[in-house]
Amino acid sequence: MSNLDLGEANRFGLVSVALRTPSFIIGLVLTLCFVVAALLSFFWTPFDVTNLVIADRLKPPSLLHWFGTDNFGRDIFSMVMVGARTSIAVALIAVGIGIIVGVPLGLLAAARHGSLLDEVIMRTNDLVFAFPALLMAIMITAVFGPSAINAITAIGIFNIPVFARLARGAALSLWTRDYVLAARVSGKGRARISAEHILPNITNLLIVQGTIQFSLGILAEAGLAYVGLGTQPPLPSWGRMLSDAQTMIYIAPYMAIFPGLAIVLTVLGLNLMGDGLRDVFDPKLRRAR
Amino acid sequence: MLPYMIKRLVSLALSLVAASVVIFVVIEVVPGDPASFMLGLNAEPDTVAALRDSLGLNASAPVRYWQWITGLLQGEFGTSYTYKVPVRELIAERIWISLPLTIYALVLSTLIAFPVGVIAASRRNSPSDVSIMGVTQLGIAIPNFWFAMLLVLLFAINLRWFSAGGFPGWDEGFFACIKALTLPAIALALPQASILARVMRSSLLDTLGEDFVRTARAKGLNRRQALWRHALRNALIPVLTIIGLQFSFLLAGAIIIENVFFLPGIGRLVFQGITQRDLIVVKSVIFLLVFAVILVTFIVDMTYAIADPRLRRSRS
Repeated sequence: MSNLDLGEANRFGLVSVALRTPSFIIGLVLTLCFVVAALLSFFWTPFDVTNLVIADRLKPPSLLHWFGTDNFGRDIFSMVMVGARTSIAVALIAVGIGIIVGVPLGLLAAARHGSLLDEVIMRTNDLVFAFPALLMAIMITAVFGPSAINAITAIGIFNIPVFARLARGAALSLWTRDYVLAARVSGKGRARISAEHILPNITNLLIVQGTIQFSLGILAEAGLAYVGLGTQPPLPSWGRMLSDAQTMIYIAPYMAIFPGLAIVLTVLGLNLMGDGLRDVFDPKLRRAR
Repeated sequence: MLPYMIKRLVSLALSLVAASVVIFVVIEVVPGDPASFMLGLNAEPDTVAALRDSLGLNASAPVRYWQWITGLLQGEFGTSYTYKVPVRELIAERIWISLPLTIYALVLSTLIAFPVGVIAASRRNSPSDVSIMGVTQLGIAIPNFWFAMLLVLLFAINLRWFSAGGFPGWDEGFFACIKALTLPAIALALPQASILARVMRSSLLDTLGEDFVRTARAKGLNRRQALWRHALRNALIPVLTIIGLQFSFLLAGAIIIENVFFLPGIGRLVFQGITQRDLIVVKSVIFLLVFAVILVTFIVDMTYAIADPRLRRSRS
């Protein structure tokens, strides 16, 4: 019972520290804006994004169309809202793949440190790491054709070694701690120690890295969609809106501005949140800065 | 040093072999018949059979892999299905746009990041440091292709200082080509420079807290002298590593940026390869890029080991 109380108190303490960290708050607010826009887009957007109104095409920003309309007369503000949904979904699932596959692999490698298994896992990681997400996506799309699923797969596979390395590195230092030694003496197996003692102690690190990979995922998704390897029409995506805007850049430059700003602000928000969280979780770092 | 180098060389060779297997399996084995894939849905059966024959697809997968690898070792990638010329020639033509672009961007990024990082670290927590950190935070968040579009909007469409895209060819003179690569290189370099400047700053701040810097201050050097004479050189090691790693990011980034500026480089080649289902081109270009990434990682590792003897002892 007393342990639980301590845990609750710590958690409450962290939240109050976080809420006094300006970069974390700015990041949180920015991120929440886009999450809310994405969720809201399921129920309501100012205009229907699948509705082509040729009479209203290429209207500059106005009170009616806040971000203007595109070359098919679609409302860009509504498209940015739906695009947020696509970006967040793709990046979130890709980070999920990285964590679900990468973390157990890293923990396993650490638990069997120095064994052949450790070596095999880490060398495979190095190999996957040599394929940047873009190359992975090019390879997958060359064979299976472009789609949002392939973009998720490519970014997800790229995330696996990131989390495996992080988990292994952090777990290795924990394996030398006294409480792990105590657990081993008491007869717990390696798998159980990894799950009960190692994993809870690296969660903070994983959350921080998760935020960073989330923002990288949004950038990668935008890049893939921009070159036509990601989300396909008619589903709006920020990257594809930008590639459409490029063909219109001489007559409707505003088309290029808003989707780009959406990407920048989301990524900025996530990065600020990640930096803030890292400072909160690691008071030493906070003092050093 | 020698055992460490041999060990690293062996692992370099192994990574290359493993990477080639991955590429081969994904492109040629997983999807089924490359010949019918390349010809599309409406192909006649005998056309497919003829293509299978000319591609050598009737051999078993290990034999095909062996043929591909021995070809690669002799510098032969195979013949492009759409262009009907050796892929080697296609790549050789286009690499002279992608490689200079990458190097140009790397140089720009380093030239910007160094002074910015040093200024931020030496005036820590001052208004200039805070604003530099803010700008770099923004720089990291900007997708390079969107930044490229903004550059086109400002410098090509409004100011008309540069053309919005295209490449004159090296025959047209060095200056014209560098001018054509300038906007793409800036678009590639700025996000990377933001990362590098932050690494430079934090690495320099770490070194400034070291004992030898305090000793240097104690013997009478002022902060600036201690920074230039002692801290900077020691802070460079992690920075050089990041520069090496950025090469691969820039190479991959160049693929996208080439599309913004209609530069006929490796990136355009691979996307044309995808739309025309020219798997041989796609396979070759990907192998080349992965090869470059692995090679640069190896070189970075080696320079790191040369610079820091502790590292090679602990690893070997």
